[in-house]
Amino acid sequence: MAKFSWKTMKKQTRDEIITFSMVVVVYVVLQLLISGGAISSLIQGLLVPICTYSLVAIGLNLCVGYLGELSIGHAGFMCVGAFSGAFMTKLLEDTITNEVLLFVIALAVGILVAAVFGFLIAIPVLRLRGDYLAIVTLAFGEIIKNIINVLFVAKDSNGFHFAISDANNMDVEEDCVWLINGAKGISRIPHLSSFTIGVILVILALIVVYNLVNSRTGRAVMAIRDNRIAAEAVGINVTKFKLLAFTISAAIAGAGGVLYAHNLSTVTATPTNFGYNMSIMILVFVVLGGMGSFRGSIIAAAILTLLPEVLRGLYDYRMLIYSIVLIAMMLFNWSPKAIEWRQKLVAKFKKEKKTKEVA
Amino acid sequence: MSFLTYLINGISLGSVYAIIALGYTMVYGIAKMLNFAHGDVIMIGCYVVFLTMSGQGWSPLVSVTLSVLICTVLGIVIEKIAYKPLRKATSLAVLITAIGVSYFLQNIALLIFGANTKAFTNVVTLPALTLAGGSLVISGTTIVTVLVCIVIMVALSLFVKYTKAGQAMRAVSEDKDAAQLMGINVNGTISLTFAIGSGLAAIAGVLFCSAYPTLSPYTGSMPGIKAFTAAVFGGIGSIPGAFIGGILLGVIEILGRAYISSQLSDAIVFAVLIIVLLVKPTGLLGKKIHEKV
Repeated sequence: MAKFSWKTMKKQTRDEIITFSMVVVVYVVLQLLISGGAISSLIQGLLVPICTYSLVAIGLNLCVGYLGELSIGHAGFMCVGAFSGAFMTKLLEDTITNEVLLFVIALAVGILVAAVFGFLIAIPVLRLRGDYLAIVTLAFGEIIKNIINVLFVAKDSNGFHFAISDANNMDVEEDCVWLINGAKGISRIPHLSSFTIGVILVILALIVVYNLVNSRTGRAVMAIRDNRIAAEAVGINVTKFKLLAFTISAAIAGAGGVLYAHNLSTVTATPTNFGYNMSIMILVFVVLGGMGSFRGSIIAAAILTLLPEVLRGLYDYRMLIYSIVLIAMMLFNWSPKAIEWRQKLVAKFKKEKKTKEVA
Repeated sequence: MSFLTYLINGISLGSVYAIIALGYTMVYGIAKMLNFAHGDVIMIGCYVVFLTMSGQGWSPLVSVTLSVLICTVLGIVIEKIAYKPLRKATSLAVLITAIGVSYFLQNIALLIFGANTKAFTNVVTLPALTLAGGSLVISGTTIVTVLVCIVIMVALSLFVKYTKAGQAMRAVSEDKDAAQLMGINVNGTISLTFAIGSGLAAIAGVLFCSAYPTLSPYTGSMPGIKAFTAAVFGGIGSIPGAFIGGILLGVIEILGRAYISSQLSDAIVFAVLIIVLLVKPTGLLGKKIHEKV
């Protein structure tokens, strides 16, 4: 067996080991603390959401950090995953009693549907650049939310019934089961998510993205991000790799959605959970955690989800403080670089430049 | 006749979107950033008018003027504190800062004014216009909104085209470094753009709240997103594009709500946007970007 040395190890491998051990150590410590009763139920209730947000942030980071395309509609993929997964669970609830199997099926369906939607959205992505792409993803998220809010699906002895926007003229029997009830969403979802499942999903997602990023495919994706034309010139199939990266990104977000839906008894598509605000929040996790750093995404998701709760003592001011922290962190991160750059420029142009800047 | 009524309502709503979209498009054209806090400046402007008019009993004209002034100053202050230090940062960093500013404005409004929705008093006292023997009624608000939009659009186009400051704006949006070398005060020009955009936001906000009279700290976010969509629709960075995009968006929204489904009107608007972008990837009037290799 080859001798492993921390110092001679490849930087990427080291990075991955740190990330995985961080997740595992945090998980073990938290489990010990929970069994010791040291963690309030409030924080415990946040553990699954943190896993959800970490998952979606990992997915988005693949899209923003590695593919270099800004998406502000990842909540849309999460929404698709959540609803298709929960729909499947409701459908199979009576036939499959094994909770783990049920969740795995729901997860597979959620991921698949989110991936299909990701693929469909990725097609316009190929034609658009930068902010135009951002607005298309935003539009997609809003459309999905809107459509789910007017979708009615019921099941009775005659089979399935569908309706859009109006459930009154649906020909259903009294004892039918509402699978999706318009704006009321899907209710009475079995509680299948747990912190353990969340952590397992996060680790699986990490394995997928790390393998992808360090593979030939990942290098092709990064080459496209750095210079599309050069990548095309060396024979990289831009269309294929963009589609691939975006689809995987959407699929991971879909997995986050499935986890999210099975943590709640009722899932509805409201602006707060699947709207534009959620997409923005996930983007904040990615950018604050550092684009291209999956570990950063997880840490940022955890800290920023806990922050408003930790600040609950300051109740009215917590969101205000949150926003100030956000602005201050961005200024802190980026301003010194600007100053550094200015100093370099000043050194180059000496006094002439200096007088201009003062004026 | 009902079609005509819907069309007019659509143009009225579209005019409001167009005025807000101007703020997005001008800032984008010059600073190359998406100012997500723009929608919340609208909300602040509305609260100023609400407090001075309903609370103090000021005349509409005075309170709107005050609101425009406050928003202008607010726009400049936000730019100086939050965006100026990040001029050289990646566009995503600036985007997140803008989101931070947006949250900040929403939450400060929540603290000062409370979460309760306020009933906004219409600032327009013009009587409604009745045409075609009473079958077509155009409210005073609609008339004022459309007129204000046209005046602003013409004035702004002339300003950008013929004045020194307008030329400076175009130069900065074309090439910041070259403009600086030509002796243009780039920072001043960017501040001016933010000032104009925010001042217009106050006007748009008052008109929006006059038509849809509920005011809460989150009032600004939806029209903000719609106006951003309108700006992209017309081709971001283009002033006539913002106008056309805004009007079309308003008309599509109202007609969609009336004839297809009231719940799906937003989905229709966004679906049309995606289709337009598929056919014209830089919006209706957007410039084609040529890539240099």
